[in-house]
Amino acid sequence: MADKELQVREKQELQSEAEHTRPGLVFTPMVDIFESEQVITVLADMPGVSSDGVSIDLQNNELKITGEVEDQGGEKERFLLREYNTGRFHRHFTISDRIDQSKITATMKDGVLRLVLPKAEKAKPKKIEVKAG
Amino acid sequence: MAVIRWKPGLFGWHRDPFSEMDRLRREMDSIYSALVEGRGSVPAAGVFPALNMSEDDHNLYVRAELPGVASENIDITTKQNNLIIKGERKIAAEGEKVSYHRKERDAGNFRRIISLPTPVDTNKVTAICKNGVLTVTLPKAAEAKPRQISVKTE
Repeated sequence: MADKELQVREKQELQSEAEHTRPGLVFTPMVDIFESEQVITVLADMPGVSSDGVSIDLQNNELKITGEVEDQGGEKERFLLREYNTGRFHRHFTISDRIDQSKITATMKDGVLRLVLPKAEKAKPKKIEVKAG
Repeated sequence: MAVIRWKPGLFGWHRDPFSEMDRLRREMDSIYSALVEGRGSVPAAGVFPALNMSEDDHNLYVRAELPGVASENIDITTKQNNLIIKGERKIAAEGEKVSYHRKERDAGNFRRIISLPTPVDTNKVTAICKNGVLTVTLPKAAEAKPRQISVKTE
């Protein structure tokens, strides 16, 4: 893992059928999603988003993640080189498991959101024993 | 909607060649303005991380989006008129018992060099990383700063 060179990837602009009501660019953050028996964890790269800028909405199994960014740089700056654009982040997922909404935790560190969605009791796997008849 | 001029020609009606030129010019203009306004920006260098560079009267600013990179893993050096940004993005293992639905985030090393357009005061370069955005502030050397020259009357 340590020898791997990071490749530059263009930020993906959000493709959505509906138009945005607010001007500005919207990007889809890169995510890792993994689950253990108890929780589903979502990690999302949202550089420039502070912990106040994140909003998470879970309704009817649909999880929406939005991150608002502050402008990078002051007003008096002139661009000399521009290889990336900035804009807010948005992505949504359908969650198939039942989530215990009261225990969701979200933390933001170095521009990475860690969202922990604990599964509700019903969704936890139950071991079914096969009895010899 | 553009209004297009049609003119009668030898083989019936055809498009006015000048209106074609107009159309071409408009397209070139829109491509150019898209680039200038930054909407069509591309990672020109193809090296991670993508950088934005800007300036004001006193400083040059170089910014990069490095989410999840701890500041102790970023190493910044200036050498002559070059800025070198290198580091490593680490993604900790989440344990053996997890199963992945998606894995889009990458870990690895990066190293990028960029030449600076103006001389800078290398002793006063500062860098901060906030919410995963690195900002390197490079104060311009005295000779590169704009100077107001007043015109005297005799």
